[in-house]
Amino acid sequence: MYTKSVAQLIEGLRGREFSSAELTRGYLDRIAALDSQYNSFISVDENAAMAAATAADERLASGDAAALTGIPIAHKDIFCTDGMRTSCGSRMLDNFVPPYDATVIQRFKTAGAVMLGKTNMDEFAMGSSNESSFYGPAYNPWDTKLVPGGSSGGSAAAVAGLLAPAATGTDTGGSIRQPAAFCGITGLKPTYGRVSRLGMVAFASSLDQAGPMAHSAEDCALLLNAMAGHDPLDSTSSNTATEDYCATLNNSLEGLRIGLPAEYFGEGLDSTTGECISGALRELEAQGATLVNVSLPHSALTIPTYYIIAPAEASTNLSRFDGVRYGYRCDDPVDLHDLYTRTRGQGFGDEVKRRILVGTYALSAGYYDAYYKKAQQVRRLIKQDFMDCFEQVDIIAGPTTPGPAFAVGAKTNDPVSMYLEDVYTLAVNLAGLPGMSVPAGFVDNKPVGLQLIGRHFDESRLLNVAHRFQQATDWHLRTPDAIARGVA
Amino acid sequence: MSIEQNEITKIAELARIRIAGEEIGQVTERIAEILQMVDQLQAVDTTNVEPMANPLDATQQLRPDVVTEKNRREAFQAIAPAVENGLYLVPKVIE
Repeated sequence: MYTKSVAQLIEGLRGREFSSAELTRGYLDRIAALDSQYNSFISVDENAAMAAATAADERLASGDAAALTGIPIAHKDIFCTDGMRTSCGSRMLDNFVPPYDATVIQRFKTAGAVMLGKTNMDEFAMGSSNESSFYGPAYNPWDTKLVPGGSSGGSAAAVAGLLAPAATGTDTGGSIRQPAAFCGITGLKPTYGRVSRLGMVAFASSLDQAGPMAHSAEDCALLLNAMAGHDPLDSTSSNTATEDYCATLNNSLEGLRIGLPAEYFGEGLDSTTGECISGALRELEAQGATLVNVSLPHSALTIPTYYIIAPAEASTNLSRFDGVRYGYRCDDPVDLHDLYTRTRGQGFGDEVKRRILVGTYALSAGYYDAYYKKAQQVRRLIKQDFMDCFEQVDIIAGPTTPGPAFAVGAKTNDPVSMYLEDVYTLAVNLAGLPGMSVPAGFVDNKPVGLQLIGRHFDESRLLNVAHRFQQATDWHLRTPDAIARGVA
Repeated sequence: MSIEQNEITKIAELARIRIAGEEIGQVTERIAEILQMVDQLQAVDTTNVEPMANPLDATQQLRPDVVTEKNRREAFQAIAPAVENGLYLVPKVIE
């Protein structure tokens, strides 16, 4: 049952092969038995999950089922859940029980999904390894000595470890795609504004975007159908019309033009990872696509641009955590200044504090033009590179990451080397484009992800290409050895 | 651009984050590495390039200025560290 896709589970539920209560109980039992190995969940509420599953079974029995009725899914612990702790991986929100649901949560409820629990993540989504979580690292089900990637590491590990059939994630600079690549699953970061940010704890407001993580492109399409759409409560949410993202999955790739940016295949790319990507591209070519060499000349500037803009926005967003209205408050403050500085000094972890300080510096008087304004200008140049490419091609393809998952602890003392992990994913957020990671092979039994980048609001095309690729390959169906042997 | 410890102390004060004295040295070192990395931007010619704040160059959507939200003060204050008579409590500010 746990290797079935969301699409297959929907059929099984409708065909009465199993009930949502049986399915949900099964996943909860797997979490209870196995998650000590992966640490992929921060909170699980078994009673709430079983109550939702029972209600779903009643809807199924009465013929009143919505698109995902009875399907268990896990949510990244960044989405506010009414009455259930939403920690964002931080001590600052360890005691925070939101009084409302994020729009994403609300939409999954409307679609009938059953929430299994809230998944582990880098603190405030700042990280590429899930090691900055207040709740400890999550571990990669392919090899628990490896990181699962981040910041949506818990969601990726839960899906790869078959503890949930699908999960939500958020992606500010690669936080859906990089963990999807490291854990051998499929993840989609939609166009900026496609999915509501209401109730999603803000990191960098001009970059943050929520999206689905699952085994296949088809499952991601099913989840995106539930998530996408305009939200009047998020003033940056787009009112561009949504589509049925499942409708075009099977379209032919004949005549599709795929751009290969020279900058994504050069120095820095692990050679075996590169071979996996080349193999994937040959498969797309065999299905009628044409490969076109393109260039994104400002690629080398994406990391410095991102590491001004994201920290600047973070320093502004995270100023709300003041120990007054909700969340952590230090003991026995002597005055208001002491309350603020000790609450924030103790409530935030090292990486979050670093980014707040960098952002505060970049926005401070005398430095604003040299850093923040400059980065916003270069951001436009980076976006323009993509717009120029999309004059010649329909999608862009390359590796999601420079290499496969690295060892837990390998980069924790070197923030800049951790930042380099996101070299191929950051630009997509800066330009606001949709991007996907699709399983494309293995390096020493470690999964490799193929990244697909599309035009604004062209999620359907990405899902179509990924689906056709997955019809011809089985990388997305592989499971870690320990799971196949039944010891996990 | 290199950064000195006293600048980090000043920024930490602006950001209202207490950093222990013995940690300032290491924090300064890490932030200096990050600033050195982002300094590559200074070499880029951005003459006449309009700064981009929103990736879709979208402008703020406004709604009619009417009250749509219910007052949920009690629900919001129930999760506050300290409240009294509907007010959030902080240490005494005015003597």
